[in-house]
Amino acid sequence: MKKKGHPLLGIHSALMMIFIYVPIVLVMVYSFNNTRLSGDWKGFTLDWYVSLLKDRHVMEALTNSLIVAVVSTIAATLLGTISALSMRDIARKWRGPLNGVLYMPVIIPDIIMGLSLLVLFSQLHIPLGKSTVMIAHITFSMSYVYVVVNARLAGMGRQLEEAAQDLGATYWQTFRHVTLPQITPGIISGALIAFTLSLDDFMVSFFVAGPSSTTLPIYIYGQVKRGISPEINALCTLLILVSITLILLAQYVLNRGKGQKKNKMLPF
Amino acid sequence: MNKSKWFFTPVLIWLGLFLIVPMLIVVAMSFMQRDTLGNVVYSFSWEGYKTFWDSLYLGIYWDTIVLSITTTVICLVVSYPLAYYLANSSPRVQNWGLILITIPFWINFLIRTYAWVLLLRTQGVVNSLLIHFGWIDEPLQMLYTKGAVLLGMVYNFVPFMVLPLYVAIEQIDRRLLDAASDLGASRWKAFWHIALPQSKAGIMTGSVLVFVSTAGMFVVTDILGGSKSSMISNIIQAQFLGARNWPFGSALSVIFVLTSLVLIVLFSRVMKSRSDRTREGGKA
Repeated sequence: MKKKGHPLLGIHSALMMIFIYVPIVLVMVYSFNNTRLSGDWKGFTLDWYVSLLKDRHVMEALTNSLIVAVVSTIAATLLGTISALSMRDIARKWRGPLNGVLYMPVIIPDIIMGLSLLVLFSQLHIPLGKSTVMIAHITFSMSYVYVVVNARLAGMGRQLEEAAQDLGATYWQTFRHVTLPQITPGIISGALIAFTLSLDDFMVSFFVAGPSSTTLPIYIYGQVKRGISPEINALCTLLILVSITLILLAQYVLNRGKGQKKNKMLPF
Repeated sequence: MNKSKWFFTPVLIWLGLFLIVPMLIVVAMSFMQRDTLGNVVYSFSWEGYKTFWDSLYLGIYWDTIVLSITTTVICLVVSYPLAYYLANSSPRVQNWGLILITIPFWINFLIRTYAWVLLLRTQGVVNSLLIHFGWIDEPLQMLYTKGAVLLGMVYNFVPFMVLPLYVAIEQIDRRLLDAASDLGASRWKAFWHIALPQSKAGIMTGSVLVFVSTAGMFVVTDILGGSKSSMISNIIQAQFLGARNWPFGSALSVIFVLTSLVLIVLFSRVMKSRSDRTREGGKA
């Protein structure tokens, strides 16, 4: 009878949503505000977006971010997918510990991951630059790809693969025509998540980026420490929109397969 | 089919080299010291851990724990009703609610923290509104205070708490709650004796996530706290990127991770014994 909770619960929930979204929306609104100084609304403008395009530092950071994101996404998707596929053939007693290691990058605080990689690179005398940022991003992104592809594999069972092999298909034929098509949505979705993680990462990159490999989040951090500016509002707005689009796309790809159990996109 | 297990080798090599080995080096480095130039001297020393016993760092360490626990408790208190509401809503509301809670995960926390600068600064939105309505005459100093840091932390990590709570509450057997209310238990009693104990896995996961994330998040103190406030993670970051005392930074990192682990274990013990007691109480 009393299925609905107390009315206060609803009000509290609505207020929480407002609390979560007002600051984000505010950044977006201010990115179109035609004034550099005051907090009042002085009319609509796209000036700040235009000046972003003309800013050499922003464009350089954007280029760095994109290069790092593309390379690390490809490598992380490959490694993550391989982990998920080969995990199925590993003896049961090893799966637990290996799973643990694969989950570690998700669990370890970013700051620890960043500084330990910095220490490693300096011990190996590897100069900090785009390649060190890529290595770091591959390391944490592959875990997320693994989680997504693994969930997809767990949902499909092995009957089809066994049937294919019974009918005389080789290992590669089975993989190419049976396994791969079934996990493709998982792989694409994992790749989109890896790309977003790389584009968004600040903490780990902050430790392992060199002076010439400033990424967008590192650039934003530097600017934010100096105070607010309408260009930063514009840059933040763009980054928010790109991240949300990519993630919704990842979710869409994952759930598109007909008959598949809906996967709720949990970020851990 | 079995040969595919060997494909795991490159993965293992990668994770070993870029995940396990770096952390082992940090542990080793925490037992070394640096020379006057900031270079690491490769001989055993307690120097890093000894420096930690300086009252300055002990104070910051304590502040970090207090801030992290406060953030966790506030997140838990404000998130539980929201998660409870979502889990008991219609599927449509649930779906939309979940999407709205998940989106902030994918918005850079740097941006989410920066948003509060726009709100809290002296000429910011909050001060403008307060002055506009005549509630204050002079703008309040809200930015660069401890309150701003706490607010920023809670804001950043509320979604981390809501999601695990939602997952746990959603799995509670509704029939138990119905039975309780049929037997005349008040809403509050049903919540306290059934919903709360059964959602403890969610409380546990959410709290651990929020606690560890808060303690490691030097950016919020950096941006909203100004130079006045700092946490253990700010000190760690400064040792590696500024002061160049890597052994000390390593020692602090080891202390940070160990503290987190100890608190997590303690917390899970407490949660476990609490639910055991409830169960026994139920039998009596």
